[in-house]
Amino acid sequence: MKKQQDAAPKLYTLCILVEDTPGVLSQVSRLFSRKGYNIESIVSGATDKPGITRISIELIADGLTIGQIAAQCRKLLPVKAVKILDEDTCIRREIAFIKVRAADREARDGVIQIVNIFRAKVIDMDKETMTIWVFGAQSKNTALIGMLEDFGILEIAKTGTIAIERGRSTIYDDSKLKEEYTYGKNVL
Amino acid sequence: MKIRATAAIMECLLEQEVDTIFGYPGGTILNLYDELYRYRDRFRHILTAHEQGASHAADGYARATGKVGVCFATSGPGATNLTTGIATAYLDSSPVVFITCNVGESFLGKDAFQEVDITGIAMPITKATFLVRDPQAIPDVMRQAFAVAATGRPGPVLIDILKNVTAADQMVDYEFVPWTENRGCGSIRALSSDRLKKPEPDHQDVDTLLEMIAAAERPFLLCGGGVVRGRAHREFREFAEKMDAPVAITVMGGGGFPGSHPLTTGMIGMHGSEASNVACDECDLLIAVGCRFSDRVALNPASFASRAKVVQIDVDRAEIDKNVLTDHHIIGSARRVLQMINEKLPQYSHGDWKNYILPKRAPSVAPESPYLTPQQILETVRLQMPKDAVVSTDVGQHQMWAIKYLHFDYPGQLLTSGGFGTMGFGLGAAIGAQAAFPDKRVLHITGDGCFRMNCHELCTVEHYRLPIITVVFNNGTLGMVRQWQNLIYGQRYSETTLDRGPDFVKLAEAYGLRGYRVTTRQEMEEAFAQALASDSSAVLDCKLNIDEMVRPMVAAGSPITDFLLSEGGAT
Repeated sequence: MKKQQDAAPKLYTLCILVEDTPGVLSQVSRLFSRKGYNIESIVSGATDKPGITRISIELIADGLTIGQIAAQCRKLLPVKAVKILDEDTCIRREIAFIKVRAADREARDGVIQIVNIFRAKVIDMDKETMTIWVFGAQSKNTALIGMLEDFGILEIAKTGTIAIERGRSTIYDDSKLKEEYTYGKNVL
Repeated sequence: MKIRATAAIMECLLEQEVDTIFGYPGGTILNLYDELYRYRDRFRHILTAHEQGASHAADGYARATGKVGVCFATSGPGATNLTTGIATAYLDSSPVVFITCNVGESFLGKDAFQEVDITGIAMPITKATFLVRDPQAIPDVMRQAFAVAATGRPGPVLIDILKNVTAADQMVDYEFVPWTENRGCGSIRALSSDRLKKPEPDHQDVDTLLEMIAAAERPFLLCGGGVVRGRAHREFREFAEKMDAPVAITVMGGGGFPGSHPLTTGMIGMHGSEASNVACDECDLLIAVGCRFSDRVALNPASFASRAKVVQIDVDRAEIDKNVLTDHHIIGSARRVLQMINEKLPQYSHGDWKNYILPKRAPSVAPESPYLTPQQILETVRLQMPKDAVVSTDVGQHQMWAIKYLHFDYPGQLLTSGGFGTMGFGLGAAIGAQAAFPDKRVLHITGDGCFRMNCHELCTVEHYRLPIITVVFNNGTLGMVRQWQNLIYGQRYSETTLDRGPDFVKLAEAYGLRGYRVTTRQEMEEAFAQALASDSSAVLDCKLNIDEMVRPMVAAGSPITDFLLSEGGAT
């Protein structure tokens, strides 16, 4: 009779639009630790609307849990919109900087070849090292890092995943669900 | 108009029609209390013995009146002493604005004397927290805080103001705006949606429910705390009478539906009546209004109302499908949704279903007994107390007995910590209710364990001449915990026996109040009559058997009709 929810854990990206107020990031991230879930990655950045920040959070969870976290998130006052995205419905990308050891010509040539194949870029170098910039899906970036391991990786800096829905629909779209949450937050 | 920042805080409180403040002063909040001295003709400040008492009093005031309660405390320990009170208000959706002051800007984050990050601490237990670092923000923040606390699903809000912001030389632009109008001001509009209109429940959702009702043969209603907070008791009563269906009342729903109404089946859940729990199990349509199906109601979510279509009516969308998966829901305030339903709802008659469920109710006459019983105490209270008396309780056995044996007829008549289960809530809440309604009688039902936690507030009761009657269910043990130890933990009574002082009669006398020792039903009748006749406060120390139990009982996590203890004597 009752609604059926997705039981198997999988990777979700939660996109959250928030008003840029002090403490809002900890208010949002607290909801994940409360349920005992580890955040795989978290990114916060500006949007096309002034004063509105987009937080993208990636985590592995089952459908019921992600739904509950989204529900608790939606009810926070500074939260304007929440979208639950999964692999089938969105594009996900991340940026990584990788600093590798490349002290001789042979090593440098080897790195450049791999970098070209992965359509990445060398953005800095000195006599001993090269720093590579790569933008892409997590699987591609992981593969590149795997190839570069032979040279000796000195340091990696990653952005975490950002995601956007495929097709016409956006996070700003009105829905009945959004209206329903507005009722509880209404201050009129 | 330029006025002092602290005066702006007072003016904003007046804007919200606040006349009573509960609190406790200290170092960082000195400036605010200095301003309060100038405004002492316009506010009544109740000084408690402890900040926790003040927080419960503001909460009790809010629950009893339906208005926003206000509580002041200083930084550091003053602020952290509020936290139990804040969480109690949060779990029961009670609108309270807590105002604390913190150290000055130059000391912030330096572990200064009595510094604590109270906005960070309070974040998970409030609807919103505000840290005020700029005096100019005061009017905006104050108006936002009251709007947030009172609207939507009500709840506590905390404002932390830095000491330098309250300095006497800080001047603020302030214009009076009545609260009914300031809800439209820019900063509050930004909090709400983009559109400046009050949202309405969905008509289609209402029509769907009407169809479900028409198809149901065994409907069952659940009156939750949302009916009380939304003051939707008239609408709910009309709804229940048109539905002609049995009604169970949750702990938080007490007062939302008349306890003596012929349709009521009493409490539901862990200590629910047989009538309620069987009805829940056998109904084909369960309509819950303002109820989150907590683990004390839906003990086992998978088997809860498993033969029924479950419908939830709630103001907070996040409550839908949280604990029990539902078949349909309507979002809106209980009052508005029920109004819309009642407009279209025909008169139903469910005679067979009612005749099956309602006779399961236990008789409400206290049997004779060689010693004093909880039911005898509460029967005396029910027969003697004025019909509109406000009852506050603490947490445990006495709470369950009080809710079971007393009848509550209007929202705000029962003040109890149902969600957070805070021992020591009762006396604070009673102080708040008595401050709000000087002419009503306020009864404080408590146990010996709970009373010991906050009995120092008797000095507040005495000082302000609050005629609160405290009835202590003194069984010399933490009764509810002992009951679990008795039934589930092999009678290993680990650290629950309270074989110690104080003598509550002498304690009452030490605070300048009347104390009565009660060991028989007759003594109870006489003592309670005397306490009622006098217009001052009294403490009744009622001696009970240590092994009294709350009946019936369903163990945590069990299906709702698997009674561990039955209503009657034998298990």
